[in-house]
Formats: sequence, structure tokens, C-alpha cells
Amino acid sequence: MFQDVFDNYHWETVKNSIYSITESDVLQALQKDKRDLEDFKALISPAAIPHLEKMAELSHHLTQKRFGKTLQMYIPFYLSNECQNICTYCGFSFDNKIKRKTLTEEEILKEAQAIKSLGYDHVLLVTGEAAQTVGVNYLKKAIQLIQPYFSHLAIEVQPLEQDDYRELQSFGLNTVLVYQETYHVKNYKTHHTKGKKSNFYYRLGTPDRIGKSGIHKIGIGVLLGLEDWRTDSFFTALHLDYLQKVYWQTKYTVSFPRLRPAEGFAVPGNELSDKELVQLICAYRILNEEIELSISTRESEKFRDNIIKLGITSISAGSKTNPGGYAVETESLKQFEISDERSPEEISSMIKRQGYEPVWKDWDRVLMNRE
Amino acid sequence: MDKDLLTIAGKTFSSRLFTGTGKFGSSELMEQALLASGSELVTVALKRVDMKNKEDDILKHLSDNRFNLLPNTSGVRNAKEAIFAAQIAREALQTNWLKLEIHPDPRYLLPDPIETLKAAEELVKLGFVVLPYIHADPVLCKRLEEAGVAAVMPLGSVIGSNKGLKTKDFLEIIIEQSTVPVIIDAGIGAPSHAAQAMEMGADAVLVNTAIATSEDPVQMAKAFKLSIEAGRMAYRAKLAVPKDFAEASSPFTRFLED
Repeated sequence: MFQDVFDNYHWETVKNSIYSITESDVLQALQKDKRDLEDFKALISPAAIPHLEKMAELSHHLTQKRFGKTLQMYIPFYLSNECQNICTYCGFSFDNKIKRKTLTEEEILKEAQAIKSLGYDHVLLVTGEAAQTVGVNYLKKAIQLIQPYFSHLAIEVQPLEQDDYRELQSFGLNTVLVYQETYHVKNYKTHHTKGKKSNFYYRLGTPDRIGKSGIHKIGIGVLLGLEDWRTDSFFTALHLDYLQKVYWQTKYTVSFPRLRPAEGFAVPGNELSDKELVQLICAYRILNEEIELSISTRESEKFRDNIIKLGITSISAGSKTNPGGYAVETESLKQFEISDERSPEEISSMIKRQGYEPVWKDWDRVLMNRE
Repeated sequence: MDKDLLTIAGKTFSSRLFTGTGKFGSSELMEQALLASGSELVTVALKRVDMKNKEDDILKHLSDNRFNLLPNTSGVRNAKEAIFAAQIAREALQTNWLKLEIHPDPRYLLPDPIETLKAAEELVKLGFVVLPYIHADPVLCKRLEEAGVAAVMPLGSVIGSNKGLKTKDFLEIIIEQSTVPVIIDAGIGAPSHAAQAMEMGADAVLVNTAIATSEDPVQMAKAFKLSIEAGRMAYRAKLAVPKDFAEASSPFTRFLED
């Protein structure tokens, strides 16, 4: 289990080592053919900032070599905003007195059709954590209903058990995203004060359970801005490195959610600048040629227009972060405010103008395990 | 010289450049590059096309019988999944040709020899024309040949790496021993690599990344076309053997003439 690796590291020691990186460490990391986690530290360190152009160039070339001139299109599909967790940064937090909504079967179908009509074939199902209303059985039903419309289904929901993942896969699930939010054990508790999510180690073991279940793709990441992003990103890379070695048949994807204003929440003082986010994205690519790097509509138009050539391989567009947002109940409460509000069509044209092809379909159900 | 055609499973090809369809900046560019390459066999990832949709963007740009389609199973992780996918593809795309790709490792996309052999044996029985993507493993090639594959497709180096023929010594053994066509697949990053493969006696070469991700895919496709023709021509004209030292006038055997 990853905890065995994780327990050998100490937050402050890692943090100090990143902040004491020198320019020569950075130059060495840039010149190498194969890079390790120490090189990743160098690339995300403050000492690498003066070399950002070089990093961007390298990231651009490595990405193009592996993925060509393509960008995968996906869209989130919120099923519910019910949640029993109290998380200080989230609009769905249990203590937020908002109107709760969980889509019925009929509404799920209506939303699925609306999303399909936007051109999408890869969707990401999102819920809060509410065992009574959006437990495993609800997810099973939802996947069964939605599966005929799309080639690729991902979920971003509460951590589940290994057998649940296996079962959901047999219903058509391809990918599971589960973000640790932060690897700072102590402060994790102050951001997640109540509910099942407050159990740090259960969440930490989730990618292991997903890996063992045979799910094809796992997404990990942290909520950038909760704690020191450099230290948190090192731990994310450490987690990824462990997973790649143990679950070697699984694909991996990393996302870069930066804290955004949500209902009843003010951003703490750890946010990273645009420059630092570019640095982080490039560092991941330089470490790992083959992983999928994903960017959401949390980011601004200008940032997204420019980042697609620098390492990102997957992008959402026209997202609604509220259940029913596409057709059923367009005004229900959003999880967070999106920044880039352009339509999928507009994003698609923007991508094409840059000489890239927006890819709507990159999976087929006929390739799935038939057990 | 006589007409130098390549025959695979009864189908003849005048071009020895096979191409891929991924990684292009647009389907229009893909079509132009493939036309410029002169390629008659193009491989298509099942995961990228909507087989049920006649208006699928990639398939539309490969239409009108200008190219023979070679569906590939990229994405499957074992023989069972490959066999299932192959059968659906045969129905939907109306071809029994198949590029068998089983690479369970998403990092380097290296082919699984055990699952590939298992799947090949089964697919041949099911009537497929099987072209397996494999390591440059001469023994595996013989085993696949015995299983009845139509050609073998050993890799030159890691797919997408553009590193050329890193497996040269083993490719030479495969070419020497094979009774089916040998198509060098993966890692060919420059026209000179392709020419080298043809000079060695490979029957054909499959190129994708080097064309699709170049600044000018159409020009690069033409460059590959020419290099493959040149390499093949040189092979047929019998290349001179490189020598490390100047040849003296028979000092060792002169005594036999005395």
C-alpha cells in the first residue's frame, strides 16, 4: 500500500529540500534523458522559475511526440450536490444551507441527451458523498443509464471499496478520479472537519483499491492552494510513481484544480500564480512523457488558450458544476464558479486555430474486458 | 527490373510504406499526408473511430477505397479483449485484416508476446489476416509464422520515440529467417531510418509519429515515400558490403597460383 512509502517521508523535510534546490540542480534535471523524483523537485522549485521558457519548450516537444497535435475533450456531469462531509472550501459542504438536488433516473437521461448533443463522448460523473442517496447502488444505476450514450465514463465521487470499483467497471466505468486534496496529514483534518472524508488514510489508500480492481485509468491530484503547492505536488508525484510501478497496466491522469471561490468560502493564502501553474504542468510532463494532464474550466480563457500547447492533453469546455445544469435545473447551486464560460464549439474552434485536433472519441466499448 | 510488388495474404501493394492515422493536427491534414505518402495500407485505431457512424470524421477522410484499412486493437490488454474487439471490427469495417496490438503497459506501449501469440493463434483460426505488432524477437516471429500470421511487425525502437533501428541485430535475424513479410513498425523517426530498414531487406515500413507530428506532414510523407523507394532499390541492386580495410592483392592465397 502507498502508506508504507508515504510514511517514510516527512512534510517539512520535503518542503525544505525543495526550497533549497540550486540552479545547477535545475540545469541538470533539464539536461537529463530520464528523470526521477529528485529532478521533479528541482523542476517545481523556485530555482526553476528563471528556466520556465526552456521547460515550456521541452514540455511542448515531449507532449507532441507522444500525443501528437491532439486534445481530448471531456465534460463533467454533476449528478448530485448532496454531501455529508464538511470541507471548508467546497460549495457542497454539509453545513452550507443550500437547496440539495440529486438527479432522478428520468433527469439523468435528459441531462445525458443534452450533453451528447454538445458533441461529447467522454464524460466525468460527479457527486458529493451521501451514502443514503448517492451510494454505490445509485452510481450503478446511473452508469447503466448513461453508458449507452458515451464511449468513455469517468467518476469523481466518494472513495469506494475494491469490489465496488470492479462492479462499476462491469457496468461500463473506465476511469476513477480521486484527489487527495492535500498530503499534509495534520492540516487535512482542518480542511475536512466532518464526515467520511475526514479520514485521511482511507482516502490515501483509495488509488490502491482502484488499481487492484483493474480499472483502466486512475486520476490523482491535490487541490492547489490548500497547502504549499510544491510540497503537495511532490507527494502527488511520489504517489504516481508508486502507482505506476505497482499497477503497471493502469493509465494515469493528473489534474490541476486551483482553489476557486465557492459558496461560503474565502481562498486561503497559498494560491499559486499562473506562472507557477505553468511551471507545475511542464514539470509533470518533463518527468512523465505519457501521462494525461488535464485542465478544467476553472482556469481563465487566456490561460487555457495558451496552456494547450505546453503539456495539457485533456480539456473540458462548456462545463456546468451543478446537478441538472445542462437541461434539467440550470439554476441549482454550483460546486464552484467556472472561469472560462465559452461553449464546446468555441473551444473546439480555438483548438483548431492553433493547429490541433479536438478529439471527441478515444475509447471504444469493444475494447473493454468481457468477464 | 521487374515490377517489385509486395504481396500479403494475396493482396499486392506497390507502395512499401504503411502509415498510421493518429496524432495529426486535423483529419484534412491526415488525408493530404496519406495521399502524398502513396501508402496503400493505413492503420486505424478502433478506439478513435465510431464504427457505427458513416459520418465518422476519420473514416470519412479515408473513404472511397483509396486506402486499404488495417484496424488496430490498441487499448486492449489481453488476448480475450483483442479477439472480441477484432470480431466487432471485422463486421463494422468490412475487413478481415487486423493489426494485432496488445500492449498492456501504457507507459512504453510494449507488446505482450504471450497474449499476442495466444490471440494470433485464435484469430487465424477465425479467418483473420493477422499482422501482429511485436518485439524484435526472432523466435516469437517463427512461432507467429507457424500460427499462420500474414506478416510480422517487429519494432525498431520504442513506439513514438523516433530513435530508429535500435533493434537492428535482431531485425536482421528476423528478416533472414522469415517466410512471411517483415514490416518494421515503431520508432522510425527519419526517412534515413526507413531507408536503412529497406536496405536491410525489410519488406515494408510503418510510419506514423514522424509524419503526423512534423512541421509539414505532407512534405515529410513524401520524404518517407522517396526514402523507402530508394532503400528498396538499393537492396534489390545489391548493396556493396562496407569494408574496414583496403584489400591487398591476395597475399594469403597467392601461393596457390605459383
